Amino acid sequence: MYDVIIIGAGVSGAATARELSRYKVKACVIEKEEDVCCGTSKANSAIVHAGYDAAEGSLMAKLNVRGNQMMEQLSKDLDFPFKKNGSLVVCLHEEDMPNLQALYDRGVANGVKELRILNREELKEMEPNISDQAYAALYAPTAGIVCPFNLNIAMAENANVNGVEFKFDTEVTDLKPIDEGWEIHTNNGVFQTRYVVNAAGVYADRLHNMVSEKKIHITPRRGDYCLLDKSAGSHVSKTIFALPGKYGKGILVAPTVHGNLILGPTAIDIEDKEGTNTTREGLDQVIERAEMNVKNIPLRQVITSFAGLRAHEDGHEFLIGEVEDAKGFIDCAGIESPGLTSAPAIGEMVAQILKDKMDLEEKEDFIATRKGVLDPNTLSREERMELIKEKPEYGNIICRCEMVTEGEIMDAINRPLGAKSLDGVKRRTRAGMGRCQAGFCSPRTMEILARERHVSMFEITKSGGDSKIVTGTNKDSL
Amino acid sequence: MEERKLTCIGCPMGCPLTVVMNGEEVVSVTGNTCKRGDVYARKEVTNPTRIVTSTVRVSGGSIDMVSVKTKEDIPKGKIFECVKALKGIEVPAPVHIGDVILENVADTGVDIVATKNVE
Amino acid sequence: MRAYDIVIIGGGPAGLAAAISAKKSGVDSVLILERDKELGGILNQCIHNGFGLHTFKEELTGPEYAGRFIDQAKELNIEYKLNTMVMDISPQKVVTAMNREEGLFEIQAKAVVLAMGCRERSRGALNIPGYRPAGIFSAGTAQRLVNIEGYMPGREVVILGSGDIGLIMARRMTFEGAKVKVVAELMPYSGGLKRNIVQCLDDYDIPLKLSHTVVDIKGKERLEGITLAQVDSHGKPIPGTEEEYSCDTLLLSVGLIPENEISRGMGVDMNPVTSGPKVNESLETNIEGVFACGNVLHVHDLVDFVSEEAGTAGRNAAEYVKQGEAHRQGGKEIKMNPVEGVRYTVPGTINVDRMDENLTVRFRVGGVYKNCYISAYFDDERVIHRKRPVVAPGEMEEIKLTKEQLLKYPDLQTITVKIEEA
Repeated sequence: MYDVIIIGAGVSGAATARELSRYKVKACVIEKEEDVCCGTSKANSAIVHAGYDAAEGSLMAKLNVRGNQMMEQLSKDLDFPFKKNGSLVVCLHEEDMPNLQALYDRGVANGVKELRILNREELKEMEPNISDQAYAALYAPTAGIVCPFNLNIAMAENANVNGVEFKFDTEVTDLKPIDEGWEIHTNNGVFQTRYVVNAAGVYADRLHNMVSEKKIHITPRRGDYCLLDKSAGSHVSKTIFALPGKYGKGILVAPTVHGNLILGPTAIDIEDKEGTNTTREGLDQVIERAEMNVKNIPLRQVITSFAGLRAHEDGHEFLIGEVEDAKGFIDCAGIESPGLTSAPAIGEMVAQILKDKMDLEEKEDFIATRKGVLDPNTLSREERMELIKEKPEYGNIICRCEMVTEGEIMDAINRPLGAKSLDGVKRRTRAGMGRCQAGFCSPRTMEILARERHVSMFEITKSGGDSKIVTGTNKDSL
Repeated sequence: MEERKLTCIGCPMGCPLTVVMNGEEVVSVTGNTCKRGDVYARKEVTNPTRIVTSTVRVSGGSIDMVSVKTKEDIPKGKIFECVKALKGIEVPAPVHIGDVILENVADTGVDIVATKNVE
Repeated sequence: MRAYDIVIIGGGPAGLAAAISAKKSGVDSVLILERDKELGGILNQCIHNGFGLHTFKEELTGPEYAGRFIDQAKELNIEYKLNTMVMDISPQKVVTAMNREEGLFEIQAKAVVLAMGCRERSRGALNIPGYRPAGIFSAGTAQRLVNIEGYMPGREVVILGSGDIGLIMARRMTFEGAKVKVVAELMPYSGGLKRNIVQCLDDYDIPLKLSHTVVDIKGKERLEGITLAQVDSHGKPIPGTEEEYSCDTLLLSVGLIPENEISRGMGVDMNPVTSGPKVNESLETNIEGVFACGNVLHVHDLVDFVSEEAGTAGRNAAEYVKQGEAHRQGGKEIKMNPVEGVRYTVPGTINVDRMDENLTVRFRVGGVYKNCYISAYFDDERVIHRKRPVVAPGEMEEIKLTKEQLLKYPDLQTITVKIEEA
């Protein structure tokens, strides 16, 4: 019997697991996909919001600001890329200025520091590629950008190192109350636990509604994105938002923490909780609206497009807490933007709830830090030479676009909760994420995966399940 | 009389050729804009041939596959028989360009030879 | 620091030919740096025949063609390092490279020949909407899996793009037991050689759909199908023309991009049309002593032309090493001006003093033109007017200039190359 089972290894589940692992507790994360960070957490804007968007007094506002404050230290403790690059909300028309002012006021009320309204000249100076139509902007120096994969992965790894179990390819089919808690039925066995944390992203309503009469409803809200090559990464230095207005919450243009340029997202409400397909209309809209706020975007440099689903709860608020009519079932639902930013604070809050309920004791041997996959580019020349001497695989470049070595890929595979698929390697090392989109490196990465995991090439997948890459050998069907 | 339509491969022009046949005999070639079209069409309708290239497995070498080809053209109709004859063949390294991998493939009188060195 | 007279970046057909030519031109200290585990570059996976008709007057397969150059390089004792990645090159021609055995190391070169080749455009560059399942490969990746590693990327195949690699892979996949359902091409004409259309598609009854593209990709884990649609003259899909194809594999053969990250890093000026360096008659870039050849300079159709061009680059690199500064002295530059159907020319400038007796100017055209003329105007005078039954973007064109001819025009500023309709 577990004390806690967390359903979902996305950023909320991983943050909860990590915070919970500070205490003496028997906990497990179960995840229907083959890896952590496979749903909403992997396909989003990768923004650390300052906190002026959410309504004053809301949980969203509180956790956003708190998450923002926690992110920098966490990025140092857990070794994931984070940069405080600041954000600009661009106002194109003088008549919209009251809306910009309202955003400023809300930010101040939410406790966001250092907010400033810039006039056109200041804005132009700060961001030369801003649209010539720009009239003014709200500048939030505390906003940042983060690697969403490594934030999620880092917290999960650290939780795992501190004793939290992870079970992948494990999908919940039923939840039954038992005397001391819950029985969780899955395709991978039945588990008993005192407490359940529902961090199931777009599926959180399905789980909630299995146990509660007070139904909730989550709409998968699709966001299409385009990602541009690193040669376009310095087109803007701040995250450029559109002022929410007649076009809804607009399309952002931002550098990524790895130096690419990201455009998106759309906001298209759909039914299918797995509907992560981009559409022509969606991608066209991304480009059209991105160009409203930023000029001369080098669109020829698009290297990929993708879509993610936000878990939009009807009330547009984070639902965090024990479900009234389901004792021991803790919701962590409706985690849409600013969910990524809030994740560290969400983890803290959920862990606090569980600590209070179970009266948990802190561990003496909690390991608070984690080292990520070693990036040889961060080493001095001497250190790098030493590393290659010790482990020659660090001298062998596999991904030519991102200059990722065999050593890094082996590290990604062999570490706690290591990569099992090409996408798993990609999220941990960036191998295959560059301009050729894995054209050169995928056969080589497959070989390394097969070798390190002692499986055949036929078992290597792109992203788990049936996403096999090769289907047989030459002439086998002749 | 039978008519056959072909596309000339002599140049990027890709003339649409019409060959009129009387049994095995070519009666006329039309649609070509140069002599190459005529020559190509006559060969293609009476005795079309191709070089076939493929790979076979190699054991104990620096790589797992070695590329091979038919040493000369074989009749077009024999292509799949030829490819099938290569199924399951495995040769030990080293292999050198020109080494015979399989003699008289599909009874064509043509050998399969290696096109790559594998040490 | 180690030092070589000439360092050649890339051991494919361009790098090999450049090295051989440099050595034969009298420079002994030549080093090839190759990132793969063998010399020969992409030719190693191009196991089909059709290479070498110009160079060797016989039809060879890719590995055989490469083999002849590799043999020559070895006979000439040209040094090379395999599994070695060039990380960057400084404008002063210090090459930083890395491999397992030596770690990071620097080499001071007197001259550098850029011969890194090209890479394939990916699905992302086309921004094709839909899901992102397994089963979508660039044609070259599939070619490597099948031809080098012996693995089948799938069973039921749709190919987007009728470039030569796509056409060749249609036949290869068929030979290895896959069913190729259709080849779709966005343009109203194929980017591949006519002979490949006949011998790779027609021979096996594989339909070629011109003016078509993929508008949707289905399948959440492994590819399950795609939607093709016809496109209008602007390449926009026409609603109502959609057709569904079930398939587990989509191969993309949608263009090649010269790999010039290292060139850009060292400050080489680029031609936005070719995505390759701007070069003069010696195939020298704006950086003195840095030459470029092969697909890193501009994407070629035939490897024979790569070898020829690389030979020129290697010879000029050797001349540069032997003459030093003198190499650059004097002479007036004539500007090449590609217009009206001619997309670019290589070279982009010609120094008459420095040029060889004969110079081949290569270019590609922007569309299909029948019964046209390739014309070159020396300033206002039409000097070359060559009839061509057809020119197409898939095949490289050329004009030949001689030093003797150019010397007759001492005031010549610009050579304009264009396609003129009959």
